[in-house]
Amino acid sequence: MSEHIVSLRVYLTIFLALMAGTALTVFAGLQDFPGQLNVIIALTIAVVKATLVVLYFMHVRYSSRLIWVIVTSALFWLVILFALTFSDYWTRCWFGTPC
Amino acid sequence: MADAVSIEHEASHPALQHHFENMEQQREAGALGMWVFLVTELMFFGGMFLAYTLYRTKFPADFASASNHLDLTLGAVNTVVLILSSLTMALAVYSVQVGKRRNQILCLVITIVLGLTFLGIKAVEYRDKYEDSLIPGQLIPGRPYNPAVQEHGTPFDKHKLHLLPGATVKHVEMFYWIYFAMTGMHALHMIIGVGLLSVILFFSWRGRYGPEYHNPVEISGLYWHFVDIVWIFLFPLLYLLGRHLEHM
Repeated sequence: MSEHIVSLRVYLTIFLALMAGTALTVFAGLQDFPGQLNVIIALTIAVVKATLVVLYFMHVRYSSRLIWVIVTSALFWLVILFALTFSDYWTRCWFGTPC
Repeated sequence: MADAVSIEHEASHPALQHHFENMEQQREAGALGMWVFLVTELMFFGGMFLAYTLYRTKFPADFASASNHLDLTLGAVNTVVLILSSLTMALAVYSVQVGKRRNQILCLVITIVLGLTFLGIKAVEYRDKYEDSLIPGQLIPGRPYNPAVQEHGTPFDKHKLHLLPGATVKHVEMFYWIYFAMTGMHALHMIIGVGLLSVILFFSWRGRYGPEYHNPVEISGLYWHFVDIVWIFLFPLLYLLGRHLEHM
């Protein structure tokens, strides 16, 4: 498999999308949404931006399956880190135990 | 005799290490190694994001108050600077892939300058925090954590903390521990990135890289983009978490 060269047009499109995402996240951050919606919107925009950087600027979209496995494993371990920690913290008060 | 033949690479590139079959395999191995390193980096930053999430759920009003004291304009400008530097880094890789050495050097120089701009703006922000006595604990001799608090009904003072209902100065300090740990580690990664790119720039100027061989440019780019991604998360989480509560 030879190296894939991402075109200039793709790079510029992704750059503009990242700029739009930055403007959108600032705009959304100044609005008062109900409940936890503010943080959900902020994180959704950040995840989309990060995905664009990983897929295009870091060429993962055009990379081998092995690189895909490594990138996916990173997310997998991050989920373990958060899920196991919060399964402790968020359940401490469930059964009347001091917390 | 068979051994003697297999040692000879077909028209091998001078940069091809003897333990690789060909340039393609060497390139793939380099990228893979960098990605494995970046996974460990993600776990490193992940621990700090975890601490942030825990304390934010524990002290929501304190975190929102502290976040509102950060300079949103400088944070947003830094986000733009860093994304722009990611673009020029990607263009530097593109230029070396298509063999345009002049553009490659130009893109690397712009990337380094943008990286230094980011660090300069960060330094201005840190100085503001120093002047408002917001550096947590006793980290700075003679300037312990001791911010002034805005009293209700007094004229607006941007050097004073505006505490939202339920927030305390003590818990706001926790935000600043996490803020300085995360942005500090991020800035350290930026400094390392600028150092890496300076080395890459030196060898680019010497003409070491071209369409056939550019592993170091590519994997330094991966590192640079990773540091950009960390900031993409840091910016909304640190600067924007309580803005919508500011007028309450």
